[in-house]
Amino acid sequence: MSGVVIRAENFSHWFGEMQTLRSIHLDVFAHEILGVIGPAGSGKSTFLRSLNRLNDLVPNSHVEGVLEVQGRNVYAPDTSIVELRRKLGMVFATPVPLPRSIFENIAFGPRLSGIHKNSVLDGLVEDSLEKTALWDEVKDRLGESALKLSGGQQQRLCIARILALRPDFILLDEPCSGLDPISTMKIEESLRQLKKDYTIILVTNNTKQAARIADRTAFFLSGELIEIGATAKIFTAPSDPRTNAYIEGRFG
Amino acid sequence: MGMAFNPGRQQRIAKAVLWSFTLITVFILFFIIFYILEKGLPVLSISFLTQNPQDMGKSGGIFSTIIGTIVLTVMAVLVAAPLGVGTAIFLTEYTVENRITRIIRFGSECLAGIPSIIFGLFGFILFVNTLGFGWSILSGSLTLAFMILPTIIRTSEEALRCVPNSLREVSHSLGGTKWQTVARVVLPSALPGIGTGIILGVGRSVGETAATIFTAGSVLRTPTSLFSSSRTMAVHFYILAREGISMPNAYGTAAILILSILVINFLAYYLMHKFMKRHS
Repeated sequence: MSGVVIRAENFSHWFGEMQTLRSIHLDVFAHEILGVIGPAGSGKSTFLRSLNRLNDLVPNSHVEGVLEVQGRNVYAPDTSIVELRRKLGMVFATPVPLPRSIFENIAFGPRLSGIHKNSVLDGLVEDSLEKTALWDEVKDRLGESALKLSGGQQQRLCIARILALRPDFILLDEPCSGLDPISTMKIEESLRQLKKDYTIILVTNNTKQAARIADRTAFFLSGELIEIGATAKIFTAPSDPRTNAYIEGRFG
Repeated sequence: MGMAFNPGRQQRIAKAVLWSFTLITVFILFFIIFYILEKGLPVLSISFLTQNPQDMGKSGGIFSTIIGTIVLTVMAVLVAAPLGVGTAIFLTEYTVENRITRIIRFGSECLAGIPSIIFGLFGFILFVNTLGFGWSILSGSLTLAFMILPTIIRTSEEALRCVPNSLREVSHSLGGTKWQTVARVVLPSALPGIGTGIILGVGRSVGETAATIFTAGSVLRTPTSLFSSSRTMAVHFYILAREGISMPNAYGTAAILILSILVINFLAYYLMHKFMKRHS
């Protein structure tokens, strides 16, 4: 672990009148996996979507406080949202392959930014699929529809798709919620590998998943950050009784 | 009493009633097609398609009316499709649902319910007289375009709304701008639905009489410019039958009209199917 790459200071978020994040103070370090846990409606996904400003797509979304990525304010007026989103690749709860071929799914992001040379795209596609251990499974059928892949393969394709953007961060929003244990295991293995090159924030409904692969874990409740710390400490000796209650399954 | 509430019996009756309704619908459809083709097919020949009408349509073919129909319809769709699809994109992708969008939607729905003869009258006053286009392809196709515009807006809107929001989110999260998202993700997914709306518009244009007779006129010559007056197949059929000029030729025209609508539908569904295969 080295420097701080994401910093939230007194960061709050509203959808209209409803406050969804309350004065969050939080640091993320380079090359860590930060697990974010908490019950439904705790604000953990909203926090993730604040980072790449995907909340902007919802009308009446507004923020207060400071949210910095690599030292630059995410909500500064001169922030390029397109660049920001490319830097913070996002994987969603249900795998969402675009209705295109496997190749075109990976090439979609690079094409958006104006990369059209086939040699470059070929390299990006192979490299991205290699990193998610999908290359050997699909290399002979890159032209086939991505919708034909299994759920687990689709989700790894979605991870590969953001790797083709050459991001610095990978944001995952409950990426394994619809997957079987073996597919989940494969994705977790990929994430452990990817940690070397990327900083990863993993929002998960599955506390055990955070326990398995997160270096540090943050616990959100009702829009507040209750506690953040080394995963081992959060799961064995949390400072807040609410954290303990959630982890032991007494609510949420 | 016991019999009346027997669910098995109810089920059988419901099924029989629904079956017969379907059967009646299909029967009416086939009856019309069969009747027209039976009366119309005997007069069909290559020369009926390639010769111009002679003696007001008593003899000769219907070549000029085929050209008139094609040109009017193509022009109408060329005007209405971009306008309609553009409006639908603006309403669904670029605005939040509010009073103004509701007013626009209400307006376009009212427009869809207006009888075509009113469009004909409107086109006659605006294009033919006020703007001085005269009875012409231009007046006729603009009037048809206005007439089919609401249908295209409505169906395109439905199709765009059916595109899952998750696809838009993915495109944005991969650094897509609003327009890139619309052009590369939303539109391709909505295209089959949009295509259906445009085909409905084509069908209405091809079969329209009231709106075109007032605006494109009924001259039997093959149109040579946008300002030529022209007669469509539907108008030709109407005049032949109404004035008792030649019933066989009227049915011949009707047969061609029906066959061409069938061909347009099959062709469009084939193309759409091919497109969907390529994109999924």
